[in-house]
Amino acid sequence: MSGHHDHDHSHPTQPDVEDQPFEYYQIMAEAVGELLIEKGVFTAAELRKTVESIDARSPADGAKVVARAWLDPTFKERLLEDANAAAGELGIDAGAIPVRVVENTADVHNVICCTLCSCYPRLLLGLPPDWYKARAFRSRVVREPRAVLKEFGTMIPDDVEVCVHDSTADLRYMVLPRRPDGTDGLSETELAALVTRDCMIGTAVPGG
Amino acid sequence: MAGGEGRMSAGFRPGDPVTVRRAYPPGHVRTPYYLRGCSGIIASIAGEFPDPEELAYGRDGLPKKTLYRVRFRQIDLWPQYQGAADDSLVVDIYEHWLDRDRENEP
Repeated sequence: MSGHHDHDHSHPTQPDVEDQPFEYYQIMAEAVGELLIEKGVFTAAELRKTVESIDARSPADGAKVVARAWLDPTFKERLLEDANAAAGELGIDAGAIPVRVVENTADVHNVICCTLCSCYPRLLLGLPPDWYKARAFRSRVVREPRAVLKEFGTMIPDDVEVCVHDSTADLRYMVLPRRPDGTDGLSETELAALVTRDCMIGTAVPGG
Repeated sequence: MAGGEGRMSAGFRPGDPVTVRRAYPPGHVRTPYYLRGCSGIIASIAGEFPDPEELAYGRDGLPKKTLYRVRFRQIDLWPQYQGAADDSLVVDIYEHWLDRDRENEP
């Protein structure tokens, strides 16, 4: 708590978790989790392991996939055909929900979003950033994508089509960004380091 | 409403012009409001999936429904659209939300 040292000015208080009321669905989720453990459907350790495995996912997995696709055209073909299987070749479990990789080219720049909720390729990119889940991004990116991209510092020339993918249902999307110029001779690891999370959402471009 | 009518059509192929149904049933609908009544083109067939509108109520969602990737032109969706004329939006929409768009058939 603040105020434990003497000062002639005050600091803003770091809010505690309990400062927000528990909401209906938070309580519901806790209760259902406890019931399922009590009924022996799974153990607390299994639940923790699953949560930890979700938390451990990060954009590094997606970046590995992108770097391999930049280096190996046949891998890229397989990735565009069946991303879950292609990720599996690299030892990355992309999960049971089909992931579609959409490729940026000289003619098309892709951006992903989910206007209905926050569908996101979590097993390839980790948890989505807060702005991805915000109403402002979700409602604006489908109707003024270029203005939104500009706020991310990403200018797409007018002769390049901007294509927004709204994942409303049973698929997840990930953007395959264009490999930047001047990266010949870089290793797969060096290339992967250029691929940030936002590049695979489509709000940024590598090296941009 | 949507669940009780069975399959609405015999299926679409890539390139077919379609219109999103202008309907507002309650429930776990995966068709965004902003597209209802809008016209687009079937980009591809995404596959067959249990109907999410049924799954949401604990039912089995069978028979599976065909899910399409439908491409819309931004200038057809938003009258004030500021971007380039070719800008597009691709959305996954279930077959029972689509009608053949006879006005825009080739």
